[in-house]
Amino acid sequence: MAAAFDIAIMQERTEQDGSVPVVAVTNLRKAFGIHKVLDGINLSVNRGETLAVLGRSGTGKSVLLRLIIGIEAPDSGSVSIHGQNIAGLAIDQMGKIRKKIGFLFQHAALYDSLTIAENVAFPLEHHRRDMSRSERDDRVKQLLDEVGMRGDFRKLPSEISGGMQKRVGLARALALEPEILLLDEPTAGLDPISSGEIDDLILKLQRERQMASIVVTHDMHSARTIADRLALLDQGNVVIEGKFEDLQQSNIGFVNEFLKQS
Amino acid sequence: MSESGFIAVPSTNPSLPRRLNIPVPSGASLISPVEDFFEWFGSLGIFSWNVLKAAVTPPYEWSELIRQLDEVGSKSLPLVAMAGAAIGVIISMEARYSLSRFGAKSMFPATLVYSVIQIMGPIITGLVVCGRVGAGMGAELASMKVTEQIDAIEACAINPYRLLAATRILACILMLPLLTLATDACAMLTGWFAQTLVEPLSFHQFIQAGFKGATFSAFLPQTFKTAAYGLVIGLIACFQGMRTRGGAEGVGRAATNSVVLGSLFLILTDVVLVKFILVVFP
Repeated sequence: MAAAFDIAIMQERTEQDGSVPVVAVTNLRKAFGIHKVLDGINLSVNRGETLAVLGRSGTGKSVLLRLIIGIEAPDSGSVSIHGQNIAGLAIDQMGKIRKKIGFLFQHAALYDSLTIAENVAFPLEHHRRDMSRSERDDRVKQLLDEVGMRGDFRKLPSEISGGMQKRVGLARALALEPEILLLDEPTAGLDPISSGEIDDLILKLQRERQMASIVVTHDMHSARTIADRLALLDQGNVVIEGKFEDLQQSNIGFVNEFLKQS
Repeated sequence: MSESGFIAVPSTNPSLPRRLNIPVPSGASLISPVEDFFEWFGSLGIFSWNVLKAAVTPPYEWSELIRQLDEVGSKSLPLVAMAGAAIGVIISMEARYSLSRFGAKSMFPATLVYSVIQIMGPIITGLVVCGRVGAGMGAELASMKVTEQIDAIEACAINPYRLLAATRILACILMLPLLTLATDACAMLTGWFAQTLVEPLSFHQFIQAGFKGATFSAFLPQTFKTAAYGLVIGLIACFQGMRTRGGAEGVGRAATNSVVLGSLFLILTDVVLVKFILVVFP
């Protein structure tokens, strides 16, 4: 017990020092059949930092997030969360790490038989059994309020728009107060005003909770607004990684073309 | 058993994270049916082991189990009761005719009771529940799989084997014997009623004659063997549902396979169990 406590303190210190990234992806490879999706990716994110992963459709951006949370397994390479390699962890051990991660799916992936409030309450019911019903209800209302969905909490996911589903998905991802946030296309399909609101919310969370975030997006404006660093993927590799200005100053043809079309 | 999907690439990493992704069917056109056959059984074995591990380790999903008990038990009751009632009338008519031909009409109550409890009740209950529950579970889980809801459960740090599979399978195991008792009761009641319309016989006399000389070992194993049917129905339906790929078509295929394979394995299980019961309870 004492050793575990020491490790936790050491982990926190090293994260604050910046010596151990919160999420580290090393030489990650993944193929589906003959199609190589990721071919030796290296990325890392520190506490309080937001990394935007950009790239053309089908370049493995969503797969990268699924590998980080362990829903998919890599062919080779490693993913470390808080310095712990997740390779070989059993599903329940992996669960302990996943409690620290909030994941917003590309299509929200809300439970279609549950109401919006029940969707947000779902992780709390399973992991915060110490919470009373009223405390849980208050927390759900607070989360839905944060994402601007308080009025619709009795509706089913099928009764709200895709953009609203994303907001609810984000509220669910935040329910356990994660230290890491993985967002798969949070603003895709949203109108500019809603996109801006989601961006503001991510910035607020980053500021208030010092979360490490990885945001997969096609939206260059959004990426520029919320991210500290950007990584551009092409053909399974990181073509360039850095601040927006680094991308602008790049001589790489693909980077220039991508920025021009965005 | 085959579905289209990506070809699994052998991993070069010796210690990959264990994940929910149940080995999924690979490119059917490239893999021989024999390999496909063994792949299916291998995947089922891995799935069963994961469910067993999840079922015996806390936290237990009591509320979901109760919901599933209601789903499998209460909601199947009218259907199995009707099936039992129909079976009782059919056996009554057939048995009366056959026994009359051999001058053994006095054997009618015992014939009906034994036919229902030992043979027809369990298998009819199993097949009816397989049709209703197996298809429902297969389609529900398949739909959750293709819309990433199962991935979302896993991403919420909840073990889907425990929440989705173990609760459903356990509900099937617990409810099948109770539903079988309901089927048996309805069948005996309508069998007696059909007999009474032709040749009046009090229900008390019918039951006394039917169970004359009967022992618990003649009936209990036959009723409780349906727990094994429940295991087969739940396991196949959850397995087919949670390994689905391919959108609406995949969901339909999972529902169909849950019923077809569930019924097939249920009958095969019955063959084994009948022999086992005859040996153990002679």
